[in-house]
Amino acid sequence: MTFLTTGLGAHIRSASIHGKVRGGEHSARSVLFLIALWLCLFVAFGVLLTLIITTLIDGFSRLDSRLVTEYPASAPERAGLRPAILGSIWVIGATALLTIPLGVAAAVHLEEFADRKKWFNRAIELNVQNLAAVPSIVYGLLALGFLALLGVQNKNIVIGGALALGLLVLPVIIISTREALRGVPLEIRQGSLALGATPLQTVWRQTLPASVPGIATGAILGLSRALGEAAPLLVLGALVFVSFDPNGLLSGYTTMPIQIFNWTSRPQAEFHELASAGSILLLLILLAMNGLAIFIRNRYQQRW
Amino acid sequence: MSTLTPVGGSALLPGRPAVSLRSNRPRHGETFVRFLLRVAAILTIVITGGILIALLVPSIEFFRTVSVFDFLFGDRWAPRFADASFGVLPLVTATAWTSGIALLVAIPLGLGAAVFLSEYAKPGLRKVLKPVLEILAGIPTVVFGLFALQFVQATVFRGLFDLDTGAFSVLAAGLVMGVMIVPTIASISEDAMSAVPLSMRQGSAALGANRMQTTVRVVFPAALSGIIAAIVLGVSRAVGETMIVAIAAGGQARIVTGPLEQGQTMTGFIANAALGDSRVGSLEYDTLFAVGLLLFLVTLLFNFISIRFVRRFREIY
Repeated sequence: MTFLTTGLGAHIRSASIHGKVRGGEHSARSVLFLIALWLCLFVAFGVLLTLIITTLIDGFSRLDSRLVTEYPASAPERAGLRPAILGSIWVIGATALLTIPLGVAAAVHLEEFADRKKWFNRAIELNVQNLAAVPSIVYGLLALGFLALLGVQNKNIVIGGALALGLLVLPVIIISTREALRGVPLEIRQGSLALGATPLQTVWRQTLPASVPGIATGAILGLSRALGEAAPLLVLGALVFVSFDPNGLLSGYTTMPIQIFNWTSRPQAEFHELASAGSILLLLILLAMNGLAIFIRNRYQQRW
Repeated sequence: MSTLTPVGGSALLPGRPAVSLRSNRPRHGETFVRFLLRVAAILTIVITGGILIALLVPSIEFFRTVSVFDFLFGDRWAPRFADASFGVLPLVTATAWTSGIALLVAIPLGLGAAVFLSEYAKPGLRKVLKPVLEILAGIPTVVFGLFALQFVQATVFRGLFDLDTGAFSVLAAGLVMGVMIVPTIASISEDAMSAVPLSMRQGSAALGANRMQTTVRVVFPAALSGIIAAIVLGVSRAVGETMIVAIAAGGQARIVTGPLEQGQTMTGFIANAALGDSRVGSLEYDTLFAVGLLLFLVTLLFNFISIRFVRRFREIY
């Protein structure tokens, strides 16, 4: 199809494409089409806005300091998220330590060293793409099976949750790191090699530092996904009554989404308010993480 | 760290052989680190293998007790009853209902939003809407579940429309799940449409087509493989989504015949059954993995179809 247009369209900017000959921009069908598109956007954003507003209205009355300082309790007015927040911090922290070095290493191998002509490396790539779309609950089952294999009796331990979430986030980190590495121009690598650096020195001193903003953005987005994830932890027995502060990798824990799920499944309306208040807090944290990621991307990303 | 023979020094000495550019000292450290990087990459294959083994081993145990045929085609799911029955069809129908409803919502909305962003939105608006879309894609599914249960089912369906439905329904779960998937479909298909070269739009305009005709007859077909990939990935996410259906679709496993009924999906069953403390090696424990295996295989199929289509559009442009 391109033979029609080579050279022809060089001066036409996309903004000024107007068909005048038949069925112009203001024909009934065109206008209806545009209205339908607007409607799609409005409905999608409208529902999501409704979600945020109804959550705010339901939860606002319980959005106070007790929410973060109190332990879960059978009486809704005394219940809070304290151990769940600490549990989330422990699990996400361990997930980050587990998965970021591994993901970056795998991405560096695939992007900088692997020979793409070899079927094995292509198989790894295909596999990473597939892993990114495996349902999260399956990672929970994998971690459950792994813990059973090790003979761990109590499956509700921080490191077990971190294992499941780490496997879940790993493909996200590999894919975003590869994209960041790909953004570094070849000239940087060639210049470094020409100055006598070894391939590994080139990666360590040139390519990786240049792609840190992209890697950080991807890692934060991946971890924020893990923070909101409940299904794999549910399988790992994280839905428990925790009345203590989790204090180590082998400690029992629950996380914020799990505690919200717990409150959602209670019949009393007061618990639903608590769940909404917890959702607001979770959304705020995620918004902050996303904001940080976007900030890093806009502020530090190098344009070559 | 330089491992080349110093050029200045040796070239001045007569009788020395010409300098070789190959390193003459093996870089053991370098080789070792590269080996570690390779191991990290290979680990991803190990994970897939691990998933398969973790799911297969208990499933094989399960299928020693329950025949594959009874599992796949039985229409009664009652694993905890005295006269236990392991027909997975009720779970499959519930998954089909919620996923089907979700896609009926997500495909038109997602594609509409993508067409708008790619073909109509001014660059400024696009720059704002795309990150917003990304943030919305990050809303935890628990929050969506709460919204489906409290607002969609309780306030809208039962309060506003006075529908004949209980506390749960596959419709509420499916609708909300559809909205959840919209950013996924919109984002991937927008990428595909943006990748269509400008020259094709210009050619179409030069032949007298207006913007709608260009979009529908030129850009859309050209981006079709990317759009199909987005939809298939949407299917895979809908089938694998857990929290929304666990909260809002209900907990009774029976064949679902209408959208206002409640039903337990495959993921809903796994989430619910995992709450009970099932002993490792018990039939109850193995059942989890058998359903998980079915779920994994179904999503695997969709993922590979999706990856295939993405590759095709990447190869063309």
